[in-house]
Amino acid sequence: MLTEALVVSALLFLIGTFGVLVRRNAIIMFLCIELQLNAANLSFVALSRHLGIDGQVFVFFVMTVAAAEAAVGLAIIISIFRHYQTVNVDNFNLLKW
Amino acid sequence: MAEILFYVFAAIAVGGALGVVLQKNPVGSLLFMVVSLGSVAGLFVLFEAHFLAAIQVIVYAGAIMVLFLFVIMLLNLGHDYRADLRLGFWSVLAFATVGGLAGLLARQFRGAEESPIYQHFPGPAALDSLIVEQGVVGVIARPLFTDYVVAFELTGILLLVALVGAIVLAKRRV
Repeated sequence: MLTEALVVSALLFLIGTFGVLVRRNAIIMFLCIELQLNAANLSFVALSRHLGIDGQVFVFFVMTVAAAEAAVGLAIIISIFRHYQTVNVDNFNLLKW
Repeated sequence: MAEILFYVFAAIAVGGALGVVLQKNPVGSLLFMVVSLGSVAGLFVLFEAHFLAAIQVIVYAGAIMVLFLFVIMLLNLGHDYRADLRLGFWSVLAFATVGGLAGLLARQFRGAEESPIYQHFPGPAALDSLIVEQGVVGVIARPLFTDYVVAFELTGILLLVALVGAIVLAKRRV
């Protein structure tokens, strides 16, 4: 079941990468990054079955970092939206406000 | 039984992920993401990571996704049905990148399970007996509060910094 889990994890990661590259909505791009993190978590858990419990501890940390990242990222998106009135990434071309 | 459940959860997870990318409505995208996260939690249970499965449902599918939903509703994007797929050059780049990554990953999977590296590690049986001995939470709590205690405390500081940063960034007037 390990190889199958790694294949599923790879598929989820590839779909996430595809979403980040193809979508324009900043929130959906962000959601796709979460999808990639989740794919990494799945392969950590699958491998921790064979390689010891440390993988699960890493997943715990990844989830915490993902929560912190989501909070800060969404705050940035809100502050960008206040300025441009849109979340379409094609319109963001200045590194100041 | 476990094999069948594995394929069911894997199919739902991949289907949900495809829904996230292909759904035009941001709220629909988000709900597909919740489905995907929930079935990945099911996969965690199949790999005996019960605590992480619970955390995945409560923190990821519960808290973080509700935060996303809250922002979508705050910015009033729920009825923005215009397609926002980037076509042309970007889709070519996306297919090339994803294809290249898939090719690189596929090379790694050949004979993954017979790899000699697994002989140096305890393996599933040792982990199962550890779970019986210490419980599903104890087995992850023990390394978390001994070997990884510095990282654990730093994570607390990271969350505090993220909290302050999010409030400052989202405030109208600092």
